[in-house]
Parts: sequence; structure tokens; C-alpha cells
Amino acid sequence: MTTDDVPLLAGEHLARTFGRGKDAVRAVDDVSITLNAGEVTTVVGESGSGKSTLARLLLKLLPPSGGRLLLDGRDVTTGADTTAYWRDVQAVFQDPFSAFNQFFTVRRLLARARRLLGAELTEERVNTALEQVGLRPADVLGRYPHQLSGGQRQRVMIARALLMRPRVLIADEATSMLDASLRATILNVLTDLRSESGLAILFITHDIGQACYVSDRVLVMSNGRVVESGPTDEVIFAPSHEYTRRLLADVPRLHG
Amino acid sequence: MSTERTADVATAGTSAGPVLTASGLRAAYGPTVAVDDVALSVGSGEVLGIAGESGCGKSTLAAVLSLTARPPLSVLGGELTVDGERLDLSGGRKPPRTWRGGVVSLLPQGAMNALSATAKVGDVAVDVVRAHRGRVPRGVALDLLADRLDALDLPRRVIGAYPHQLSGGMRQRVVTVLSTLLDPRLLIADEPTSALDVSTQRALVDLLRELVRRGLVGGIVFVTHDLPVLRAVADRIAIMYAGRIVETGPTADMVDDPRHPYTAALLSSVLVPEPQVRRRRIGGIRGAPPDLADPPAGCRFHPRCSLAMDVCTTTPPVVGDAEAYATCWWTKDHPDEPLERSL
Repeated sequence: MTTDDVPLLAGEHLARTFGRGKDAVRAVDDVSITLNAGEVTTVVGESGSGKSTLARLLLKLLPPSGGRLLLDGRDVTTGADTTAYWRDVQAVFQDPFSAFNQFFTVRRLLARARRLLGAELTEERVNTALEQVGLRPADVLGRYPHQLSGGQRQRVMIARALLMRPRVLIADEATSMLDASLRATILNVLTDLRSESGLAILFITHDIGQACYVSDRVLVMSNGRVVESGPTDEVIFAPSHEYTRRLLADVPRLHG
Repeated sequence: MSTERTADVATAGTSAGPVLTASGLRAAYGPTVAVDDVALSVGSGEVLGIAGESGCGKSTLAAVLSLTARPPLSVLGGELTVDGERLDLSGGRKPPRTWRGGVVSLLPQGAMNALSATAKVGDVAVDVVRAHRGRVPRGVALDLLADRLDALDLPRRVIGAYPHQLSGGMRQRVVTVLSTLLDPRLLIADEPTSALDVSTQRALVDLLRELVRRGLVGGIVFVTHDLPVLRAVADRIAIMYAGRIVETGPTADMVDDPRHPYTAALLSSVLVPEPQVRRRRIGGIRGAPPDLADPPAGCRFHPRCSLAMDVCTTTPPVVGDAEAYATCWWTKDHPDEPLERSL
């Protein structure tokens, strides 16, 4: 196998069980997923389908009960060095309103990256990250979270992730709390990053409309398992699994 | 107002005429006037959708209509008529205690977290009924809840359940049932579907339609930023921008032929799983809603509007009638031209 065939980040037969005995919940049950550079992969599914648990496994925020995690083909499942891992794999979470310390300015918030980056964290690097998400550093650096709109906050959160110059970005429902207009803007930021810097993006959502807009590949999860996966056009416009069809039927349409 | 959905409700025992007429509503947070001279009406058996971006005054309007405005929000003026009874909101007058929950009820944002974690659903229902109707025997209140659950095809087991034993979608539906237990004439639903996935969203929308169909609530004001959901639930839509209603009309007409550039811009930023969404880049609306402490003169949307003309800095005309209108200079000049082609 040449290095070109090795996916950037791969989960093989990942599993996670919560509880034990008869109360055991298999939140993620034998899920295999690969993320490639310059590709947006979306995981869709209803609440409780295990999407967010999968994200936490891939972020090494939660140890898996089974399966392996491979970064560049190296097994990183048990490695304790999360600092190095998080320089490659970063995340943006759902709630841009609670992810901030309200007493910190944006400058101070971003400076916390020094814990991972040390002296590499320069003013210039901060400015570049903010510009990548379409914010003017002079406008936002001195501000407190309550002085920013929801869309600006989420963009600061993406900038924070980009500070690490990660190769993988995991966005867990990153746009769910924003209104439709801001949502489109944030999704464009993500797709531009993918095409410009070859970032691998895992986008997690329950909104099939968003999945349809941003993704190259789609995985459909139900009860901890992947029930269908493939290129976006196939999964969304010609679904083969019953669950995917039902999920699509529930999506409210604008016309007709 | 006369869509096929409402036609069969006139016989459901509700009085004819509008459930709600509101005029001149003004409400402010200190110097920031978040709702500025809003007038609207909800017909009997009708669902009125209110849409707009974050920060355009939707939730403030919901608070005013549901009589739950409390500091720092103050109601500066306006008049509500619910089911023929008039209420003057000017001069900081307090609405009568009996109106809340009984005449007008609120289904708040994030309602699924509104239940006490240590009380069974049935106990909450008993509290709700006793708070409004005095010393009602426990059994009577529980019967009321049971009947309502039966009528709406929801399982009776929820009566003895604690919130953590129910799924998020079921909790949301239970809160909806509790908030309509006293047969309010008007239900104000503030972003009730925003935190739900599509399947539970669908179930809640069906429940709300069922409530109006059976005449258990007279009418619903449904506030959301999600236009596809409004398409499914609302008979009419009113679009809010910067504290004012810029366009209103029957749902299908608004979606297919918006008459205000802001409505058109909102519609074009919607992401639905349809093939055309994959082919083009969706830009969102450039800029941000204005600071309501100092709104732009004239049409408040003109700084962000691609059709803006010099005349737009003066107050825009109302094009149309009270039931379907848009406040826009461009629409006045081009009454029959579809807007989307010009944007």
C-alpha cells in the first residue's frame, strides 16, 4: 500500500458502550469511517443515533470500548499523547454561546492555544486564522463574547481550531444554533477551507439540507450503526436504505 | 385566510372572527425598541408563522403577545383583542392574571427542558389546573390530562413518568399538551422546533395542527427562523425585520412569489435537500441586522438590499391589503414582476 492510499484519519470497527449488564447502551456499534484530505464527510442521523459519541471517539475525548483509531495509518487508539493528536485533529462544537468564557476577550481566548502551541503562537498566526474565517482581527480581538453575534462567535471558534493548523476538523452540529443566513455563511467558510488548504472535515448534523449542501460523502447513522454511506448524490437523491428514506420523508420542503 | 385547512374548522364550535388582533405593538429594552409598531391578526383555526433572522425582534414579539414581558423588556404600547376581549397594553398596564395560560399560552424556546426533573408529568398537570381553576380534585386534573393525551394519540404512560424517562421529542410534545391543557384561545409557540431533529419536528408540527383542527386552541402564532417548517405548519406568514413586519401573506404565495427583497433573501439562503442546492453557492444575506437602538432611516433593510434606490431612505409604502402586503418601494414600482429575477 502506498502512502496515497492511507486515509488521513480512520476509525476501524469503533464501538462504545455506556453502562453495563442489561442497562448497557451501545451508543456506537462497529462503525468504520475514513476521512481524506480535501473532503467533507457528513454524518447524519436523528437525536440519539450516536453521532456525537462517534465525534468524541474520533477526538479522543472518550476511549472506545472496541476498535482502532488510525492517524496516517499509525494506531493512535491507546496513545496517551493527546497534545500531539489535537494539533492534527481539532473540533468546533454546537453551542457558540456557552463555549466562551464570558470574562475573556477574544484575544485572551485565542491565547489559550499557547498551551498546545507554545512559542509558535504568534500575533501573525492569530490574525491569519481570523482572516481565514472572514473576520477582521482589529474588529474582534478586543471584544468580549457578549459583544459578538452568534455567527461571529462560531467563526471565532473555527478560527480557534484553525490556529493549530489542523489537518482534520470535526464540526459537531456547528451550525445548528444559527439562523439560515448565518448558517450558509459558516458552511461556506468550511467548504472554502477544504478546497484551499486541503483540510479533511467531518461534519455532523441532523439537518439533511445542510448535509446536501456541504458534503462529498454522507454516512447515515441509526442506533449506533452506519446504515448507509456513499457519495452525497447517491445517498440523498437515491437512498437505498429504508431508514434514510424515512429520514428524508420527514424533512420539510420549501416548494410543493 | 381561506385555505383548505381552515375551512372545516369553522364548525368546530369556535366563534367566527379573528382569535387575535393586535395593533401598534411597541416594546423596548431600555433605548432599544425591539418591536416597533407591529400589527397582526390570527384568524380562527389559523396558524400564523413569524420568521426572520436572529435579533430581528421575533422572540420579543412572542413575549409581548404571550403577556410574559418582564424587565428589562418593557411594553410601551399597543392593543390586543383576543376572542373579542380588548386589552390595552399602554402605560405599563399589567394584563389580568387570568389571561396567562387560560386565554393566551406560551410554548417557550427549549420547552423540552421546562419540566421539573423531580416531578412526574401528572403532578405538573395537577399544579397547572389548580393554579387556574382553584381547588380541583387531583383525579379530575389527571383525567383532563388523560383525555387530552388520548385525543392526541399520545401514550397515557407519560402521566406517571419523570422527564428523564421520556425522549426529547416526547418531552416537547408533553410540554405542548400541558401548555394547552386549559384550552387557551391563542398559543404562542416560540422556536419550539429549533432543537429537534427532523422526525420529532414533524411529530410536533402534526400535534400543533391537530390542536387547531380540533379547536382545542383557537389559533397559533408560530415563531421560527426555519422557513421549511413554516411551510409545513403555517397558513399565513409574517416576515419580521428590525422590529417591523416587512411582508405578510398566505404561505404558498410568500414562498413562491416573495414581494419583499428581505423575504426573497431569506428564502434563497434556505438549505433543503433538493438537487439545485448542491449546484449553486448559497451566499446568505450580506451584512448583519441593524442595531435597533439606532435603526436606518426609511426601509430598515435598505443598507443590505441589492435593489435599494435613493427613495428607500424614506418610509416605504405598504403595497397590498391588510391580509397580504409588502412594505417596499421596488415592489410598488414593479407590481407584477417576480422579484427573484431582479436580485
